[in-house]
Amino acid sequence: MKKVLTYYLRPYYARMALGFAIKFFGTIMDLFLPWILAFIIDSVIPTGDKRMIYLYGLLMIVCAIGAFTMNVVANRMASAVSRDTTRTIRHDLFERIVHLSAAQTDEVTKPSLISRLTTDTYNINNMLGRVQRLGVRAPILTIGGILITLTLDPVLTLILVATLPFITWITVHISKVSIPLYHHVQDASDKLVRLVREDAAGIRVIKALSKTDVERARFDDVSREVIRNEKKASGMMARVGPLTGLILNSAQVAVIVAGAARVAMGACEVGRILAFMTYFTIILNAVVNISKMFVVFSRAAASADRVMAIIDMPQDMTQALPACVREALPQGEEPPAIAFEHVTFRYGKSGEETLTDIDFTLRRGQTLGILGETGSGKSTLIRLLMRFYDPDAGTVRLFGQDVRTMDNAALRAHFGVTFQSDTLFEDTIAENIRLGRALTDEQVMQAARDAQAYSFVVGDKQGFESALNVRGNNLSGGQKQRVMIARALCGHPDILVLDDASSALDYRTDAALRAALREGYADTTKVLVAQRISSVAHADLILVLSGGRVIARGTHETLLKTCELYQELYASQMGGLAQ
Amino acid sequence: MNKSNNTSGAQSARKPRNAKGTILRLFQTMLHERALFVLALGLTLAGNLLGLVGPSLAGEAIDAIGAPGGIAWNVIARKCALMLACYAGSALLSYLLSLLMIHISRGVVYRMREQAFDRLMRLPVGFYDRNPSGDIISRISYDVDTVNTSLSNDIVQILSTVVTVVGSLGFMVAISPKLLLVFCVTVPLSFYAARRRATVTKPLFRARSRKLGELNSLVEEQLSGLTTLRAYCREDATIDKFDAINEEAVEAYYRSEYEGSVVGPLVNFINNLSLALVSVFGALLFCAGQMTIGSISSFILYSRKFSGPINEAANVFAELQSALAAAERVFALIDEPIEPEDAPDARALTQVEGHVELDHVTFGYEENQPILRDFCVDAKPGRLIAVVGPTGAGKTTLISLLMRFYDAQQGCIRVDGSDVHGLTRDSLRAAYAMVLQDTWLFHGTVYENLAYGNDRATREQVVAAAKAAHADSFIRRLPQGYDTLLTDDGANISKGQKQLLTIARAMLLDSRMVILDEATSNVDTRVEKLIQKAMRRLMAGKTCFVIAHRLSTIESADEILVVNHGEIVEHGTHQELMEKQGFYYNMYRAQFE
Repeated sequence: MKKVLTYYLRPYYARMALGFAIKFFGTIMDLFLPWILAFIIDSVIPTGDKRMIYLYGLLMIVCAIGAFTMNVVANRMASAVSRDTTRTIRHDLFERIVHLSAAQTDEVTKPSLISRLTTDTYNINNMLGRVQRLGVRAPILTIGGILITLTLDPVLTLILVATLPFITWITVHISKVSIPLYHHVQDASDKLVRLVREDAAGIRVIKALSKTDVERARFDDVSREVIRNEKKASGMMARVGPLTGLILNSAQVAVIVAGAARVAMGACEVGRILAFMTYFTIILNAVVNISKMFVVFSRAAASADRVMAIIDMPQDMTQALPACVREALPQGEEPPAIAFEHVTFRYGKSGEETLTDIDFTLRRGQTLGILGETGSGKSTLIRLLMRFYDPDAGTVRLFGQDVRTMDNAALRAHFGVTFQSDTLFEDTIAENIRLGRALTDEQVMQAARDAQAYSFVVGDKQGFESALNVRGNNLSGGQKQRVMIARALCGHPDILVLDDASSALDYRTDAALRAALREGYADTTKVLVAQRISSVAHADLILVLSGGRVIARGTHETLLKTCELYQELYASQMGGLAQ
Repeated sequence: MNKSNNTSGAQSARKPRNAKGTILRLFQTMLHERALFVLALGLTLAGNLLGLVGPSLAGEAIDAIGAPGGIAWNVIARKCALMLACYAGSALLSYLLSLLMIHISRGVVYRMREQAFDRLMRLPVGFYDRNPSGDIISRISYDVDTVNTSLSNDIVQILSTVVTVVGSLGFMVAISPKLLLVFCVTVPLSFYAARRRATVTKPLFRARSRKLGELNSLVEEQLSGLTTLRAYCREDATIDKFDAINEEAVEAYYRSEYEGSVVGPLVNFINNLSLALVSVFGALLFCAGQMTIGSISSFILYSRKFSGPINEAANVFAELQSALAAAERVFALIDEPIEPEDAPDARALTQVEGHVELDHVTFGYEENQPILRDFCVDAKPGRLIAVVGPTGAGKTTLISLLMRFYDAQQGCIRVDGSDVHGLTRDSLRAAYAMVLQDTWLFHGTVYENLAYGNDRATREQVVAAAKAAHADSFIRRLPQGYDTLLTDDGANISKGQKQLLTIARAMLLDSRMVILDEATSNVDTRVEKLIQKAMRRLMAGKTCFVIAHRLSTIESADEILVVNHGEIVEHGTHQELMEKQGFYYNMYRAQFE
């Protein structure tokens, strides 16, 4: 919360001050009205001077117009400040999220990131606007009221002032207690987000298994949890208003008693006490209003904590080695495009090693095939290559350079990639292939041709401008994969990575894709993860992974002779034709 | 494939929007807590009454100070004690009232969420293809929250406004009916002004809710594809995209506040105006000798009491508006047309034999674009039917029809001789065990995910199924074995492993028919072969539909349907089709090229 106030609001301090000033004068005008009124009753009416009555009536209307205009202007300025602040906070948060490392994203989880970006920033927006709009009048009334009562009877005012520390303490204390409670509320609503997101993705399975009732029950649990936490937090905050009211009202009683004593001593008159009470009521209402604002404030403070926790996350996986330490490239000879040097890696701090001692090199234009059992670490190897994670031991090099010394953008600019579980966006097909890169229509179409997507794309009325549904759901599995492969091919990357990207393609399409790769992408270094031997048979180097280790390496021919697992795989896929 | 059509899916079925209707529905939802609501009303009345008694006691106490016979200490003591009691009572009442309102509004929120989610579970699957889950999430979380905040705070405000206004009005009538004429002008003016404002702000508040939904959708989509975006260095482009929609969202919020925050000062202005008028007319009445100064001042006192709460109510006006706009979006979701109900005479499918027939079935997601044309299949009980063909041929659509996610436009599908329209969906779906290419796991332990389809399965059965699916060994290597929590759609295991888990889940189902749609596409072929043996055992005697690109996996099928462009172009056993040297033969040869 502190950061919101001292950092994000700082650029607007001047505007806020101006807004407060305008609001201040608007409020004064507003408060002026009853004063004029009192003057009319006390001094003008008895004279019976109609001209004066009209004059003062006119003055009241002028004041009313002034109050209206200034309040509206100040409100609008306040809204503008909260708009600009929220815009910046949201932008910073999103920017930070996009640049979080994969490990950090795993840790916070996406549903939580989503709700921080939306509900939490919304809470902040709401609070900023409200506090600025309503947070001026009440303090003015309180302070102004106290000043006036001071002129009426300083001793009685002391009683009033004496309550303020208590009220402050109660408000601050309860607000402190509720902020963690609001944290729980937001955490529970993360779960709500997760469940709805999950079920939207899995609706077919849920319906197929007739599990809608189970999901209702799961939702009910989460929904109840949100409500329970909300009730706790709001119930805590609900104490503020009545408690402050009670303290002030008790003080009022004390004032009457003390006032009576002072009248008895002759230090005060009854009329003053009467006036004192009127202002007391004004102050009381103002203080209760301030305490109400703490509800909004506490909720927003919890949200701000959640947002800032992400924004302030340390930069993970920075360029570990400064540029000056970068090894000089050997003269003359071109370094290998990809080199893994005794790379070992595990997810998280503990647990089994996912990859152990991976060591290989690949020259520019060569093809690497990676085969292996389910869960043997194939996709992890890709993640290390593209530096989504850093190895625990060993080095990954790209064109001779340790990937940790490279700028992430420079590193990834070498790649065209299709992941195993890749995504299509709710956009046109062309834009899904282009993905915002500076690529010509020509290049997009060529990539689609090579990825065997061209015919079905132009088969549709709108061709490349056809809009895809959510997650590309209006395409078949194979069509989706071809659009994603086109995305990877587009712009002829230095290194092409296809992680089991053709699993939904029929063999004929797969073969055509391979032919296109061979002919059109000779200079591209290719890394192909596949289940089908036919997809990697032509590779210059094939790695067979098992349990995170390379258990065999070589070309198709050598592996057929030397590797038992490879032989088994081959036999299982070639059916009767293997012999 | 028109974008505007896609995104407007949620709005398409929306009833004409109407604020009164929305208020009425909100009110109906609240009526579930009728007794509590009446209690809240009572508490408000009592609280306000005590609030009025307090000051009058104070007045009496002060009178006692200035009493002609010196200070009446005993009176003061009595009045002060009474005051303390009054204030303590009113503090207690207002605390209780807050708790009560929190309870009521949370009840409403709970019910709205329940209804919305219930509807989500009953919507046809196509809804989820058209509507971004971000927008759905936004409705269930943000929009419901907005309603909640408004209900718990603003209702009390409005109730006490009503109470005070009616009370003060009574007093004012008693003092001077003539002066009250001023209010006959200004009160309707206030209402008129608020209404006018409402017509200006209503679309703005709608836009604000909608834009937040759009922001949510974008965030959800972009974060889902974050790895891809990072891989292509699209971080900055994504941020630009986000900034654009963020700009729209904060601007929509600002626009609504820009207009909405006028209401408070406006109503205040009208009240001030009436004050000025009252003063002038009061003064004139005095000059005409029709009124005393004393009564003018008490009239004004009450008129201040009268306008105070109206001002307060005007200040919550903006929130009420945004709550209504949010409620509209939630109700629109609740009103989405559900999957057609089962026919009234639909019977549950029991004692399934597993005889599935497709009789000249034609279907397309859009009327005039058939995906499947004149499809005829006769799957006798216990047969293994393989469906092969180029991508986009309509294979997955066939599965959707079998599961009745969609209904055929022409022709009919029969199970055990009865038209599926005459069967309940639940029983029909329960008769199938289905494994899809897109694996789906939820946030829960491995064990919970496996046992999801069959809650009667014992631990032994679950482990046995995992073993059969060759998932047991990797599950045991996970940090907590079967009790490992799968987070974020199983981000901590590989895609092939997810497929093994979903296969194990299907193996636990006791159903007579099996659908495998590319169920093992990301599993290595050796494990696939091993699983197949286990599957064969499980599939023994069951009717199976298998879609696969690896033709080696379906060579032993009883019948292979070769589908191209939505039509069956060839069918027969592997042997027959190979001999035919047609479409299938060419596809088969392509594997070895």
